[in-house]
Amino acid sequence: MAFDENDNKLWLSGNEAIALGAWEAGVTVASGYPGTPSTEIMGNLVKYDGVYGEWAPNEKVGLEVAIGASFAGVRAFATMKHVGLNVAADPLFTASYTGGRGGLVVLTADDPQMHSSQNEQDNRNYAFAAKLPMLEPSDPAEAKVMMRTAFELSERLDTPVLLRTTTRVAHVKGVVEKGERVATASASLEKMPAKFVMLPGNARMRRAEVENRMIAARELAETLPENRIEQGSGPRGFICAGTSYNYVKEAFPDAPVLKLGMVWPLPETMIRDFAASVEELIVVEELDPFLETHIRAMGIDCRGKDLIPDQGELNSFIVRKAVDPDSVGDIFAPLDLPMRPPNMCAGCPHRGIFYGLSRLKEVFVSGDIGCYTLGFLPPLSAMDSCVCMGASVTVAHGMSKALGEEGKGKVVAVLGDSTFMHSGMTGLLNTVYNESYATVIILDNRTTAMTGHQQNPASGKNIKGEPAHAVNLEKLCESLGVPRIVVVNPHEINETRKVLKEEIASPDPSVIISRAPCVLLPEMVKAKKPVYCTNLDNCSGCMACVRLGCPAISWHPLTPTQAVDRGYKKKQKGYAEIAEVQCNGCGQCAELCKFEAISKREEN
Amino acid sequence: MKQSGNILFSGVGGQGILLASELTAYAQLEAGFDVKKSEVHGMAQRGGSVEAHLRYGERVYSPLIDPGTADILVAFEILEAARYLPYLHRDSAVVVNTQKILPPAVALGKMAYPDNILDELTDRGINVVAIDAFAVAKEVGELRTANVAMVGAMSNFLAVGPQAFLDVIDEKVKPAFREVNKKAFKAGRKLVYHN
Repeated sequence: MAFDENDNKLWLSGNEAIALGAWEAGVTVASGYPGTPSTEIMGNLVKYDGVYGEWAPNEKVGLEVAIGASFAGVRAFATMKHVGLNVAADPLFTASYTGGRGGLVVLTADDPQMHSSQNEQDNRNYAFAAKLPMLEPSDPAEAKVMMRTAFELSERLDTPVLLRTTTRVAHVKGVVEKGERVATASASLEKMPAKFVMLPGNARMRRAEVENRMIAARELAETLPENRIEQGSGPRGFICAGTSYNYVKEAFPDAPVLKLGMVWPLPETMIRDFAASVEELIVVEELDPFLETHIRAMGIDCRGKDLIPDQGELNSFIVRKAVDPDSVGDIFAPLDLPMRPPNMCAGCPHRGIFYGLSRLKEVFVSGDIGCYTLGFLPPLSAMDSCVCMGASVTVAHGMSKALGEEGKGKVVAVLGDSTFMHSGMTGLLNTVYNESYATVIILDNRTTAMTGHQQNPASGKNIKGEPAHAVNLEKLCESLGVPRIVVVNPHEINETRKVLKEEIASPDPSVIISRAPCVLLPEMVKAKKPVYCTNLDNCSGCMACVRLGCPAISWHPLTPTQAVDRGYKKKQKGYAEIAEVQCNGCGQCAELCKFEAISKREEN
Repeated sequence: MKQSGNILFSGVGGQGILLASELTAYAQLEAGFDVKKSEVHGMAQRGGSVEAHLRYGERVYSPLIDPGTADILVAFEILEAARYLPYLHRDSAVVVNTQKILPPAVALGKMAYPDNILDELTDRGINVVAIDAFAVAKEVGELRTANVAMVGAMSNFLAVGPQAFLDVIDEKVKPAFREVNKKAFKAGRKLVYHN
């Protein structure tokens, strides 16, 4: 009685459902850059036959690849997280003018609550700004169906279509019904300069087409099955979309609801009729008052952000409490407990670099986006800024220009290999060209780790794990004109510290490539190194190893009596111990220990 | 048979919470329920507190469990049981693994791991079942089955019988690990009856 075999029903995450939906919709070419919560879409899509999918070095590249495929006449798809669409905004706004030949759908995965992001932007605003239709599903089943709708709209209206998800759609699992793949268009070369060549003269013509198309989209929104009124009873009526719909249905199951599957453009007549049918109209939406603003602009009175929080995720408890505070009972108050923030893994190669940086108190560390952003946390506390992908290099350059002589030997940029490929290398080109002294550290752990080990142009494999050209980082930096390039093994902690000091002090631009694979890569897990263990008799309680902040090492405080009982000096404040089950055998702690209290397990 | 319910899984990244919640979800699907499960990926997975919300019923809309409505909490670590108190109600059942994983501030000697923190739950009338899932896993001969032992213990609080879980293990777990996982499930399930 396997569940999977009943009526084609599958149990899929939103991202898996979107991949299935893309395949069923006949997507032929797809490109994207990993980013939580969008990553699993591309990884799943390439498992289907008849689809070409790839990891692009950044989102702008990914979207442009999809635009090219659409120009060649096939259905094309680009995926990215919300901040990725900022990177891809340039092609997006002009693709809005060109339209395409094959359908073009752009997926943006937003992250309310910032579970794994640096900001909480609401990408519905892009639909308004770029004048594009946007669909937003509430769960995996809808997400799959909407992929088909999105492609149909794209071709019917000759426009890219945005599909917006949030974490609570992308990473929610639910029941999804499997369908058939539609017949795919075959690619062909067709020159359509008036449409594809956006010189001002052509662009002015297309500009008018954009407005005509949005008028047509607005009319279509009135009858689109994805926009629907669910009848109910009671004085309140709700307008909602995406996951907010789920919370309204749980909190007020009997209330009438206008559920918007298309969040831009809006069906004005439908909204007006719905508003007239209820005593009180409440718009429930996460983040910005997007629907509310545009509904108010229609001259329709409603409530919204005066009740509903404009920051963070919602849930049905928050919605119920906001709308009907008296209906919510007391809940247990949280206990005051030690926090458990994320941490770099035991054996993480980044730790060796951040340990070195943590000892250089005068140095400003311009950080970037990846696992290594965790170098900010104590005890390493070795990151002083983090803005967006690639900004480590350019922020460091800007600081060096502002500080002049004062900043020499005090500014360093840190970013990962995938982030360097994404948008770090253009910054490095600028650093060399415009003569800055900032040192750039590339943490080359041979993968895109944070999002779950995606391949990148430096990793030597493509999205399917097949061999691919691996860019040579040393040669790349050399050809950008970097005069000093040093490669270190970050697990060799003393040598790494020495190199850091030398290169940061250098008056010339300098690149340190910190090269050691991510400890969680399957091949690293398989080739598990011997673990390290503590010889507690030798521990002097100096805490040198504890300062690494390795999750496998813990500090046990001792009172003077306890210290003596254990055979230590009375003044020893405690001892450090390695949890061998957690150790990944990097050996950084053993190199730091001056008392022979840490050794390889095999040596004991 | 209970027609709907909320099961919250909590622990530390890397403890096998996703697989545990996945097995439970499939068992509920096989029992004919609609099921939704929500989890968080990315930075949150790097050794921090992790949670998975599982909701089942005739028709489930919200993928998130509201505060005060978790019927069962499956906590893979003691502190991570206490942390989720606001999600519990007086009739909640908590199945907690007696493992302690020191959070950074404790490992660095800046804070103490709170003593007897589970009393905060039992004092509020919550039914707390503490089990040593690692001991079970060791007994069946595969340390990595501690999460499935936890599912076994938790399954006592669900109407769906053990067979649904065993079937799911047969379908979803790699052949080489099937038998040992079934053993861990059964041993975990037995543990609660004997408590």
